[in-house]
Amino acid sequence: MTRATSSAHKPVRRPGDVVFSSLSLGSGILILLILALVAVFLIWQGMPALTAEREEISGGEGFFSYVWPLVFGTVVASLIAMVLATPVAVGIALFVSHYAPRRVGNAIGFVIDLLAAVPSVVFGMWGMAVFAKQLVPLYDWLSQNLAFIPIFDGRSATGRTLLTAAVVLAVMILPIITSVSREVFLQTPRLHEEAALALGATKWEMIRTAVLPFGAPGVIGGVMLGLGRALGETMAVAIILSPGVFTWVLTASGNNTIPAEIALNFPEAAGLRLSELIAAGLVLFVLTLAVNLFARWIVEKRSEFSGAN
Amino acid sequence: MSTPTRSPESDIHHSRMDDLSGIVPSPVRPTSDRPLLLIGLGAVAVWLVLWQVVGLHMVVGLVVGYLAFLLVSYLYYRAAGGQRVGLDIVVRWLVYAAFVCAVVPLISMLWTVIGQGLPLAFEWFFISTDMKGITGTHDQAYAAGEGPLVGGAGHAIIGTLIVTGLATVISVPIGMFTAIYLVEYGGKNALARGIRFLVDVMTGIPSIVAGLFAFALFTQIFGIRDAKMGLAGAVALSVLMIPTVVRNSEEMLRIVPNELREASLALGVPKWRTIAKVVLPTAASGLASGITLAIARVIGETAPLLVAIGFAREFNWNFLEGPMNTLAVYTYWMFTKPLSPAVIEPSQERAWAAALLLVILVVALNLLARFIAKIFAPKSGR
Repeated sequence: MTRATSSAHKPVRRPGDVVFSSLSLGSGILILLILALVAVFLIWQGMPALTAEREEISGGEGFFSYVWPLVFGTVVASLIAMVLATPVAVGIALFVSHYAPRRVGNAIGFVIDLLAAVPSVVFGMWGMAVFAKQLVPLYDWLSQNLAFIPIFDGRSATGRTLLTAAVVLAVMILPIITSVSREVFLQTPRLHEEAALALGATKWEMIRTAVLPFGAPGVIGGVMLGLGRALGETMAVAIILSPGVFTWVLTASGNNTIPAEIALNFPEAAGLRLSELIAAGLVLFVLTLAVNLFARWIVEKRSEFSGAN
Repeated sequence: MSTPTRSPESDIHHSRMDDLSGIVPSPVRPTSDRPLLLIGLGAVAVWLVLWQVVGLHMVVGLVVGYLAFLLVSYLYYRAAGGQRVGLDIVVRWLVYAAFVCAVVPLISMLWTVIGQGLPLAFEWFFISTDMKGITGTHDQAYAAGEGPLVGGAGHAIIGTLIVTGLATVISVPIGMFTAIYLVEYGGKNALARGIRFLVDVMTGIPSIVAGLFAFALFTQIFGIRDAKMGLAGAVALSVLMIPTVVRNSEEMLRIVPNELREASLALGVPKWRTIAKVVLPTAASGLASGITLAIARVIGETAPLLVAIGFAREFNWNFLEGPMNTLAVYTYWMFTKPLSPAVIEPSQERAWAAALLLVILVVALNLLARFIAKIFAPKSGR
């Protein structure tokens, strides 16, 4: 657009333009640099733990044995959170986009944004002081009646279990999934909806045949983003969970997640322990990176698809 | 459809409803909400009976009552209007319930924070003093009624402002210039696409990893003893803040109409002046609101600061030396590591009060962002 005007004459190189464009380019490159630096520094500082003798690592059986229970706890808590949050989030998104009147929908959108803005440490305090206690009777019931399922074979007097943490994580990732889903549901072509209704569909049938197929890739992308957030969420788990060694039981204390392990131990760590925690952070970084790349890839695919429409 | 049709199919479908109201119903939606109201009242009655009379847990009774409500209304509307109408009703009420699922924790949380934090949060000594020299014995004396509650979060408030302010000073120029590059210079070239993609990826960096990065970086520069400082926290927050600023700014710059740029360039205005004098002012309100939201996002961060700035008990105005404290970190330490393990209430009171201040700050920033976006929005068209 601007090039065409200068084709006749030699382009004038004004110093202001040079400075401004190089500042902009520099900032862009700086961002690439920061991301690379994050990876480089984590690898560099975590290296001692990765290369150390087996006996020197906490637990005495090498870094892999140390980190896999943490990976297990992180992944299990995040997956439970994802499974719990997704239907509710899709429901709220539908409520805002297709059920509530526009004004009410906007107000609810603000409430959901508010939920997203509450600091995670507050979620953690609420989860431990209020919510965990409410779940104790449920855990008692589960451990009495469903103990033959390994994950329910135990009870907690305080309710500070991995399951409680997972439920609070679910509440925390609700707003992310909701806002992405709401966005794509609102983009559903009006004509598709009206066509469905004109053919005699009920509201639910219209949603099932027009809105959900159109929004599905976007919802999946939002769910993956929520999963990424749950994997990296630190404070809520660190406060709520009463951590311990690996166990299959989710209704009693025990297990831990990578971010919570780092937050709980970092302030007092030194030497090789420090490298261990940083290396655990590296594992978390790779895990979330993979999930996020996958999410972006799905969302990307969707935008190509809707562009073709 | 004012007269009943003769086709046998619709006779089957509508016969029951016809008997009830004498109106031919549309086949796809119920004609009246009154049965729903009655079923709902019945469900509430079931809930109250289960809760008060049978003695079930309140929530269990509520769930049973709700499921009963779904089942009965499904059966009723299926009988009245067919299976499709029944299903429609059920989905509608599932969607309503999903909404309630999100609001209940929010209200419970706000209720708890306000109820627990209000007594202390606006006491002058709490927002003006630090924790210097305060130990468990003070708390025990207070709990025994022999002394006042002492020690506040003044240093944490100052620390929050300094660290978040610094993070803003670092992130906003980088983020804005990147957005300018993406919109005004890069367009669709490979570098711009790469940056856009990696900014998206960066949005997903776990906050604690950002803290570890800042700690590792400052350990390299300053040595492990002096690595924990306010600036390290600001760098950690910047890693989280920059992608938000870029995304928000990019969207705002993108909606500036191209005609404005072309008009300015056609008048011979250099490109950089066009951006600085035409594009940025047009998008100013959106940019400001985006930045406010980005600040709101990082101001409540705990994990990265826990790792990067350490824990200070007293006022520290120097972000280049020694640990600092912020409201979120203060809240966390007071809540999980009470001054006196035997008497935890005073420390918890401080924690809730700091949490309330934090929530107020975050909500205020969110409202401010909306306000800016609304009031200073450019007047477009007429």
